[in-house]
Amino acid sequence: MKFFQSSRSHSVADSIFKGLAFISAAIIFLIMVGIFIQLIHSSRLSIHKFGLGFLISEHWNPVTQEFGAASSIYGTLVSTAIALILALPLSLAISLFLVDLAPPSVSKYVGYAIELLAAIPSIIYGMWGLFIFAPFMSDHVQPILQQYLGFIPLFKGPPMGIGMLTSGIILALMILPFTTAMMRDVLKMVPSIVTEAAYGMGSTTWEVTKKVTVPYVITGLVGGAFLGLGRAIGETMAVTFVIGNNHNISASLFEAGNSIASTLANEFTEASEPMYLSALIELGLVLFVITFLIQVGAHFWLKRLSKSSGIK
Amino acid sequence: MRKSIRQQQSSKRILRFTFFLIFFVGISITLQYCNQKQSGNRSKVKTLNGAGATFPYPLYSHWADKYATLTGIQVNYQSIGSGAGIAQIKARTVDFGATDAPLTSTQVKESGLVQFPLVIGGVVPVVHIESIQPGDLKLTGEIIADIYLGNITHWDDPQIQNLNPDLNLPDREITPVHRADGSGTTWIFTNYLSKISPEWTNEVGVAKAVAWPAGPGGKGNEGVTGYVQKIKGAIGYTEYAYAIQNKMTFVSLRNQAGNYVTPGIKNFFAAFTYADSTQQPSLVKILTDLPGNQTWPITGMSFILLHKNPKHPEKTRELLRFFDWCYNHGQQQARQLEYVPIPPEYVQRIENLWSEEITVEGKPIWNN
Repeated sequence: MKFFQSSRSHSVADSIFKGLAFISAAIIFLIMVGIFIQLIHSSRLSIHKFGLGFLISEHWNPVTQEFGAASSIYGTLVSTAIALILALPLSLAISLFLVDLAPPSVSKYVGYAIELLAAIPSIIYGMWGLFIFAPFMSDHVQPILQQYLGFIPLFKGPPMGIGMLTSGIILALMILPFTTAMMRDVLKMVPSIVTEAAYGMGSTTWEVTKKVTVPYVITGLVGGAFLGLGRAIGETMAVTFVIGNNHNISASLFEAGNSIASTLANEFTEASEPMYLSALIELGLVLFVITFLIQVGAHFWLKRLSKSSGIK
Repeated sequence: MRKSIRQQQSSKRILRFTFFLIFFVGISITLQYCNQKQSGNRSKVKTLNGAGATFPYPLYSHWADKYATLTGIQVNYQSIGSGAGIAQIKARTVDFGATDAPLTSTQVKESGLVQFPLVIGGVVPVVHIESIQPGDLKLTGEIIADIYLGNITHWDDPQIQNLNPDLNLPDREITPVHRADGSGTTWIFTNYLSKISPEWTNEVGVAKAVAWPAGPGGKGNEGVTGYVQKIKGAIGYTEYAYAIQNKMTFVSLRNQAGNYVTPGIKNFFAAFTYADSTQQPSLVKILTDLPGNQTWPITGMSFILLHKNPKHPEKTRELLRFFDWCYNHGQQQARQLEYVPIPPEYVQRIENLWSEEITVEGKPIWNN
């Protein structure tokens, strides 16, 4: 009750507003806790039967009702990692170009284009990936990779066009607009007085970028990266179309794999046995926990980063 | 004490907001109430809801469409998968369920359901090899099982080449494509392979989703056809209509009689005719790997599930009228979409089952 009394204003509207805002905030928290409890409750059958072995077993067999999440966790992490490795440098370069280098008119229209890209539904990326991008990968990209880098196990196997690498690239394309838009907005916040001072000292463009602009907003940039990560890790439809949906862990990026989200999308409808359903829900729980850990990790990292760079 | 202008404005705004909130909540409650009233008055049934198998979806939606223009009764069919269809009818959230993998007679009894077939269809293996026309490539069930088990890995394997001396098969790796989502099509396909290959039965088994030893999985019939069309050297299996619509290269398959047959309505019907003449009186038949010269070996039925003692008898009566219409007036549409309609004398037996089993307070809902 102290919360409401502390308001100095006697206006009724104010207290109604505060009450509504408080309830809304509480709802978010309740939803999160509710989902977590529901997930644990619904997956108790599979938690009880497989225990921690669920996380390390690669065996996924609906016929014998034995389930292990290792291949799904592996696929989720690897496809997300590929996406980030490709998308982050690219989006940093694009946003630096837009903010610091491009003439305002170009910057404006490219900016619109990026926002439009962000609005494309993921199923479109999935269909495009399967029907246009996968054949392109199989005919042009994968044979070349195999020819020059084929000695690395990562690039062995038949060039099918679909698989881990293709879904990583599709994911990169999907998160690119998000991370770029975020980084652009962050870079815009660098006061021109700071960069101008650096130029005034005789720095080159590269030096200003490297030593002034980027360090100034590094926490914001990392925040943008995590936004992209969050989108990539739970992405479902686009990945389902191109990842190949196979429950085996393979060293090759050309081979088919599966991610947690794609497995859920594929198998939920026909899972009629209680154990099967429970294992799928436990997969959802695993994704929930992974996302949670990443968020917590990001939070601490950002804190450390802002301390060490002296910016609050 | 006067309030500042800003405060006045903000309190006005909040009041307006609260007013709108109450307004919308009021409207939605009223609508809800009207809805309930409408559905409470069931003397005139307007909509019937069903859910389940994806395999017969194109046909069911066609039938429903035609039936709506003729009678004004909407039959909504959601192709959410056989497993989900079974779950939904058990939970009574839909008026009928549909499945390709039949429930066993004990399962049917335990859950108080009636199960009967509505249509017959075929599953066909399709391949992507350059310069091979539909029906040219001959395969046997054993070879398909070995391909999916990962024992045969190249198209120029002697076992395949010996069956097809006239074809020039490439030295290309075989990519066996399967359904990633659980599906009745997979159930029919694995049921066939397990009848042919003991190794398949031991290592993989029969189910709507299995642990595939090799190859990628596509989502839905369209996912499988998409993968097969895009991956050179791929083999997949799909519902016949999808193979025809997408102009896929289907194969000739050796049936139990030793003949190589191409898929087609009359070959699916041959499987049904054999089963009908020899198997148990049960209306539920498994049509894979049956004898007969013309028989297509991977044929299956798609089933409907209803409650024996329905909560809303009017709805069930309307549904039975709809199914009766499908049996008697929907054959043409079924054939156009490459499905086999159930023949009249069999329909008679199904409708007898309705009058025997589906009752309300001991009285049959359906009278022949």
